[in-house]
Amino acid sequence: MTTIVEARGLTKRYRGITAVDGVDFQLARNTITGLLGRNGAGKTTLMHLLTGQEFATHGSITIAGESPVENPRVLQHTCFIKESQRYPDDFKPKHVFAAAPGFFPNWDADFARELAAELRLPVDRRIKKLSRGQLSSVGIIVGLASRAPITIFDEPYLGLDAIARQAFYDRLLADYAAHPRTIILSTHLIDEVADLLEHALVIDNGRILIDSPVDALRAHAATIAGPAAAVEQAVAGLDVIHRERLGGFVSATVAGITEQVTASARAAGLEVGPVSLQQLIIRQTGGSPTEHEEVTR
Amino acid sequence: MDDGRPIFLQIAELVERQIIDGSLPEGAQVPSINEFAAFHRINPATALKGITLLVDAGVLYKRRGIGMFVADGARDRLITDRRARFTTEYVRPLLREGAALGLGAADLIDLIRKESAS
Repeated sequence: MTTIVEARGLTKRYRGITAVDGVDFQLARNTITGLLGRNGAGKTTLMHLLTGQEFATHGSITIAGESPVENPRVLQHTCFIKESQRYPDDFKPKHVFAAAPGFFPNWDADFARELAAELRLPVDRRIKKLSRGQLSSVGIIVGLASRAPITIFDEPYLGLDAIARQAFYDRLLADYAAHPRTIILSTHLIDEVADLLEHALVIDNGRILIDSPVDALRAHAATIAGPAAAVEQAVAGLDVIHRERLGGFVSATVAGITEQVTASARAAGLEVGPVSLQQLIIRQTGGSPTEHEEVTR
Repeated sequence: MDDGRPIFLQIAELVERQIIDGSLPEGAQVPSINEFAAFHRINPATALKGITLLVDAGVLYKRRGIGMFVADGARDRLITDRRARFTTEYVRPLLREGAALGLGAADLIDLIRKESAS
């Protein structure tokens, strides 16, 4: 596995606020990584640093060994779809798609047309007049049809309905399989994307909280539920990251779980259940769940 | 798909079940990694991990440039494995639940007889 993105001691401060705080991580080439975390955790700053739109205060971030800042060699291989991309006044989606090959050498115009039809995007309407969801569709089409070796989606689907989001996920997977590339997906809809991700990078307060293959995360945590005394015995000495109680019934979320723990809990008649990636991240970032479950703003 | 275990294990088990029930006979070609990924809406690396597990276990074999196929004898071997796990996965939970409800082994055997006769 080769590394494509590497951050070392990466720090970004704005007038007293440390948005990204001494972060170290690597991303493997041709993987899909979820960049997850609460609002204000530092995700967007990290993506700006990655795409050379911000200078690091300390430390470094490199793409294929080179700094992205004012580096056309790196930037022509990068496609960054922002949450609120701005376009020139009077531009129509068809103008965006016509201009795209100038920015993205791998642009596939047929694929863009197909996606526009599937997402029912009116390509001949002024972008100012598009709905929020249609605007998101423009970004999704650019992100997919650019086939950029590094493609970054920052909350790409505000205003998109469930059907359009599913179309996006299906197209993303199929096109990624046919044209492997490095994809970074920043989103609040963790449960929707969990199965698409190979790797999860969870950031909280500017620091990396979780940097792990998603498979390992899922295997790593479970809930153990049943009568309080039996649960407490089963989880003794383990890392209990959350506990819920209802009368004499306890449900404990446990990290660092092993086959033996699962087997002995089951043998004791306890329920062993899955923890979704979203639940796990809520537990680990330990805040009110409302921000994580937020779907639209 | 979600029963809490890693998805690659669930993919491997799904293929095993299809081999056992005969929907994937020995010698048959199994879907490609990308087909698995698209169908289950999972990352292709996850699908690959599940299928690799079966290749390593000799249940599937690769023919370079063509695809993956069910190995000869795979079904018998899987059935033997499953039978070995039947006690822990089915019989013990049954006994435990029976005991909680005041049903002893003899009661359970009666229930099984009645149910299989009907």
